[in-house]
This record gives sequence, structure tokens and C-alpha cells, in this order.
Amino acid sequence: MTPGGYAGKWLDVDLTKDKIKEVEYSDKVLEQYFGGRGLAAKVLWDKVGDKYPELDPLDPKSPLMVYTGPMTGIYPGSRICVSGKSPVSMGTVGSTAATEFANEIKEAGYDGVTFTGKADKPVYLLITDDGAELRDAGHLWGLNGEKTLIKLNKEVTAELTKRKPNVGLWKDPGMIYIGPAGENIVRNAAVITKLCHAAGYGGYGALMGSKNLKAVVAKGRGSLPKVDAPESAKLLWRKTHQILIGRSQFRREGTGYAGYSVGAETSSEPIRNWQEEWHDEKSYAGPMFEHRYWVKKKWADFNCTTNCMKISCIKTGKWKGDITDMPDYELQAYCGTNFGIYDPEANIHLATLADKLGHSGINGPNTAGYAVELHQRGILKDSDFGFKPKWGDPETFDRILHMMAYREKIGDVLAEGTYRAALKIAEMKGLKPEETLKYAVHVKGIEIGAHGTRSDVDYTHDISYAASVQGGDHTSVAVDGYSDMSGSVFTDSAVFCNFTYYGVPQSLVFDFAKAITGFPITLESWRTVTGPRIVTLQKAFLMMGGPDLEWEPVKDDDNPPRFYEPLPSGPYKGKTTDRELVNTKLQTYFETLGWDERGIPTKETLKKLDLGFLEKSMSKLR
Amino acid sequence: MRIFLFITIRQICIYFWWKTLVKPIWIARDPSLCSGCRRCELACSIHHEGWMWPEASRVRVFMPFPGVEVPHLCSQCMDYPCVSACPVDALSVDPDYGAVIVDREKCTSCGDCITACPGTVPFLHPGDNKATICDLCGGEPKCVEVCIEAGYNALTIVNEEPNIHRKLYSRNPVDTARDLAVKMFGEKGEEVIE
Ligand code: SF4
Repeated sequence: MTPGGYAGKWLDVDLTKDKIKEVEYSDKVLEQYFGGRGLAAKVLWDKVGDKYPELDPLDPKSPLMVYTGPMTGIYPGSRICVSGKSPVSMGTVGSTAATEFANEIKEAGYDGVTFTGKADKPVYLLITDDGAELRDAGHLWGLNGEKTLIKLNKEVTAELTKRKPNVGLWKDPGMIYIGPAGENIVRNAAVITKLCHAAGYGGYGALMGSKNLKAVVAKGRGSLPKVDAPESAKLLWRKTHQILIGRSQFRREGTGYAGYSVGAETSSEPIRNWQEEWHDEKSYAGPMFEHRYWVKKKWADFNCTTNCMKISCIKTGKWKGDITDMPDYELQAYCGTNFGIYDPEANIHLATLADKLGHSGINGPNTAGYAVELHQRGILKDSDFGFKPKWGDPETFDRILHMMAYREKIGDVLAEGTYRAALKIAEMKGLKPEETLKYAVHVKGIEIGAHGTRSDVDYTHDISYAASVQGGDHTSVAVDGYSDMSGSVFTDSAVFCNFTYYGVPQSLVFDFAKAITGFPITLESWRTVTGPRIVTLQKAFLMMGGPDLEWEPVKDDDNPPRFYEPLPSGPYKGKTTDRELVNTKLQTYFETLGWDERGIPTKETLKKLDLGFLEKSMSKLR
Repeated sequence: MRIFLFITIRQICIYFWWKTLVKPIWIARDPSLCSGCRRCELACSIHHEGWMWPEASRVRVFMPFPGVEVPHLCSQCMDYPCVSACPVDALSVDPDYGAVIVDREKCTSCGDCITACPGTVPFLHPGDNKATICDLCGGEPKCVEVCIEAGYNALTIVNEEPNIHRKLYSRNPVDTARDLAVKMFGEKGEEVIE
């Protein structure tokens, strides 16, 4: 009997051979790794094992996981998790995005898909109740995200209607796809869905591109999987929603007011590639977005009452027709203040552009801002760009985002992501790596989310990124002690949204998890065993790294140099990240997780967490 | 005899008393307020199927373009074209609330009601393949309850006698979405739904 919440079947798709088979995982594996981020790490290990360091993530052999979790669709806030060996960090990231694709695939009877190989021409996978099939995507290749979505929606709906014309109207399928950035294997490209939602961290858009996989589409007519205790689950569903409905401020503003407040209040917003983190630009305040651009103020994904999303649309002028979400805080920051831009309209335009091109709206723009700082420092020249880049100039960033997506001029180097671009540019310009790396704001190759650590008043602190197995990922930061850390490991593995998790009592969430799966899961067991098991496995991958990149223990478990420069402006002027504290907390963090002083999991820990299979690889590192 | 008369009079009284309580209702829908949360689909399927089954829900939320969400459900047309189209009399009108009631035993899955409906609202159930239509939950529609609970108010109950307008709400949801897209996005709205 499959545990509750699971459809019980996963698809294994070999793109090279055009072979699709169904696989199952044992109850024990599911209980130990849940789904999404956790299960993907385990499946990756089972497929690759000790040979992990030799695996090039962009090689056809490299698996790509698109997984739901047991709570997906049932718990409020449906999401999909993409994972695999990250072409950016060389570890793994559980990268999630809110989308109906997630519940549709479960309704079709599958919990996820593992892709290996490479199709000889562009394809997309269509998943229905009758199974899965690869279909030609030649006519979609090269299209931007918006066009891809419009065409695919029509094409698949028409196909399903043709197959079963008499059942009535077919509701729209769910889908994830890549834009030109993914197709051209921009290393930090995103997997996109619903126009403006992205699984951004980890570079899984590049992985899809490397496999000639344009999209994955699902439409199921079945119910969501049965659960262990349906009556409790139904009650908990109502209860959880009542709590979420009560979060009125968040529901009203989403994170769309934070482009102003994270700068003005907490001094932790990237400004011109993090040269500053404070601003008081009232032109950029929430109401300036809301009053002119928000055409829908309550936008929710499947089974969500948090509705933090709002839809923006530009209706006049040269960017007429640009549609995106609020933009949310991360993109207000990265496609706005980070470029020295405080104009909501330019921000909406650049956020829309990032999504259409298939960039991750955090990571790609981090690299673009980095390039402009290198120009400011005289390292990159006008000739590298083919024009004179300027801070605060939307045209500059419009062009750079295009150049990156299509790998033109310096864009070809920037398409390797901030960290690798820094190394390449140093080489190109005859500089020492430190000279370019000192402006690169990343941890483990993953560009840092839009929450700085220097003011120490945001939710991100000293080791938030430095110790995280997902590097700069702001959705999954490390804290000393377990609670929040396992929180995001949990939501990424049960696969639902962080924003339907925070604000709900954790005990209730775990009661819900138990009612769904029937596993004897508690908050305590997650914090002390399951969460640490997943994080430890991810840490092992990160340390194994390879083939062209290895992180040095402790030395690379650190913040970027910029995060140790004093803040140059604002109420927290002069403050910076406390290096001493970073060192101490890092050790405490390692200790709490049962890793040695270099952050390598000890033999006892591996045994305790039932990760004995890692011992051989870890003993080599010790 | 007197007893008999008493019972009859009592029953007639009860009937009229009940009729003052039971008023036809209609679920008004405003797609521009719909968040796309689909809790209506979940609540509907929990009520009718015992578990979350969006595809079996009698209210169906279409989203041909992100943000353009259209809740699609029976409008209870005054002339009930679906009812008259059914060749085996599987459809009838509930006398209290005006909902279309499906006799699942009689339904032969021919799909004539789907074709007869101006909005193609009915569908064949993904489980038993029988015609499936909103039954107004016996006067307390669960979809409306959750939509209002969440403050979206895209679905609301109105107490009104049948009227000629209702039928006009029964449109293909993609046509409605095309209009909504223009209302939301202006000229661009013309392009987003092919
Ligand atoms: S519950 Fe209301 S807001 Fe949510 S999808 Fe249904 S009609 Fe739209």
C-alpha cells in the first residue's frame, strides 16, 4: 500500500532512447526522504553514487528531477520541486515554484519525473492519465516564455479535446518550461511556470536546455491522492486556511511593498550590486506599484489563500503589454535597486523581460549588476558590451539580459553565472581571481537572494548563506539550531509554499503531514532526524563537487567579501557582518548537525541518519 | 375524517411555510475577482466526492492565461436547454432551488446536455463518466462558502427569481477569458489567448 498523499508512481524518462518507464520507491525511502528536495537527493545518489564528483551536471547522463511531495496539492500552496546536480553549485538545490503543474501531475497519477539523457531534437513531455509521451517541441524552441505558454496551452488543450471530445470542456493543463536562457544553457537559468513564477536557484533551466527539453506539461483527471486520515486532513485543511486568511497585511501587500521597506527600514537590499543596501526612494514605495500597475490584487496559486501575488501590467508607453506579478520583493530588488533603478515601470519591464527570457530573476540580474560594477571599476570596457553601460539605465540592463540569454559578446561569459564569470573575466583581463571575485556576491556559486546580512536586522544573518547547503538561496537559509533550517527543508520536501507555512503553528503543519502520510512524523523527528538527514546528504554532494569545481571546507563556507565591507550609508552605516561570529556560529552549526570542524559529516552521524552509503566518499574528504 | 382534514391542512401549511423559507438562489460569478485559488473546486469535490478531486468539481476554474481565471458553472437558465435535450429524462429541475439534478442511473453518457448548454457547462465525470452539473448543494453551495470565507467574493449567492440574464452567463469560459484579458491588460489582452 502506497503511503497517503503519494500517487505512488514516478516516471523515469530516458530522453536519448525515448524510453519511459514507471518506478516506485519503498515506503522506507519515502518516510526517510519524503519527496521533492529530499527524495531527489536520494535518487541522485542511487543513480550516481561515489562517482558523483566525475558527473558533469550538463552531461546527458546527469539526472534532472521534477518532483512533488506527499503534501503537494493537499496542503495549501501547491508547488513543484526541481532538482539534480546543480550546474552552478555542483551540489544539489531543491528549487521550487508555485504552479498547477504540481497538482495536475498528481491528478494524472504520478508523483514526479526523473529525466536522463538528451533528446536529439527539442521535445516536451506530456503527462496525462493515460501515461506520458515525448512530443516535438521544434516549433516552440526559441520562443520566449510568454509565447511558449500561450502556444502550449492551446496546443495541449486542443490535443486532449481531440482525444476525448465527448467529456466536455478540458480545463487548462499545468506546465513548466524554459525560455531562451535555458535553451542556450545559461548556467543560472530558471525553470519557469505561469508566466512569472520560477524555480530559480540551482540553474535547472540550463539542465533542461542541455537535454533539449523545452517543457513538461501535465493534465490529470483523477483525484488528488488518497490520504491516511481523510477526516482529519479535511479538518486541518479548513483550519490551516482560516489561519492563512487571517494574515491580512501579507495578503494585501504580498512582498510588493518590500522594494521600498527592505532598503529604507532594514538596510538589506542590493543596490548597484550591493555597493549599498539602504535607500529612501519613495518613488519606489508599494503604493506606486499598486495604484498604477496592479490589475489584480488577489492572485493565488492552486489551493492558496495567502494570495501574496498581485498582477502588474504596463498599459501605456514603450513597455505597453508587459505583464508580471507584483513584481515580488526579490525582483523589485534585483531588477530594480540592484540596477540603480527606482522607477516601478522600468522594474516591471525588466522583471517581465527576465521571465520571458527564462532567466532566474534573482540570479541572472545579480550577474548583470556584477558586470556593470566591473565596468564601473574599469575591469570591463565599453567594447566588452558594445555600448556604454550605466547604472540606473533600463536600456543597459535590457541589453545585458538579452546578451546573456543569447550569449552575445560579454554575455557569453556572464551566462556562466556570477562566480564562473568572475574567474573567466580575471583570466581574460590578466587579473588575479581575487580581484574580480571581491565584487561577486554569491555563496557556493549561487548568487545571493535580496536580503543582506550586514545590518543584521533582516531575517538573514552571519551564517545564513555561508553555512547553507543551498548557498545564496534566500528561501533556505541556515540558522544555528534547527528550526527554520528544517522548516524550508521540510516545505521543499513535502513540496508546498513557504508562505503557507510561516504563520501556521508548526505543530499543526506536522499534524497535517501525519494525517496525509500516516508516517509517525513529528516536528521533533523532523528537526532531529529527517531534516538533518536531507541536509547532510546535500552537504556531502556539495563537498564532493566536481568535476571542474571543488569547494574548500570552511574557507568557502563563508560570505562574499562584499558582506564584510562596512555599510556605506543609511541608519546602519558602518555596520558589517561580524567575522568572529561567523566563525563561531559555523562551528556550532557543524556541531549541531554532527559534522566535524571542517563541516564533513562524521561516521557516527552518517550511521545515526542511516546515511552509511556516504561513508566511503566522506572518509576520502576527511 | 376530521383527523384526516387536520393532517392535510397541516401539511399544506407546512408546505407554504417551507416555500417562504426556500427561495430560488443563483450563484453570481465575477471572474475579475477570482483569485484562481480553486478552493471552490476543492470544497465542491470534498462535498460531493468525499475528497479533493478538482476534475470532478461542479464548478470549474479555467485559466487560459495566468491571472485570467474564470469560474465556470451552471447558470440555471430559465428554459433549461440541457433538461429538454436529454433523450432519457435523466435531468430534472429541483423544485426548491432550481438546480439541475442528474439521475446517474438513467444517464447514458451521450453528452447531449453538454452540446445543448450554451456555455458547455456540463461534463462527464472522470470517475463514472456520467453527466455532472452543479446541484447548488441543496441551497448551501460549498464553493461560495469558501470563496467568501477567503474574502475573494468571486462567487456569491443571490436570492432572486429566475430571469433572462442568467442564461447569458453561460458562455464558453475561453470567450469570457478573452474579454477579461482585455479588461485587465488592455490591448495586450487581445494577444494572450490564442
Ligand atoms: S474559490 Fe473563488 S477565488 Fe478561488 S478559484 Fe473559486 S471562484 Fe476563484
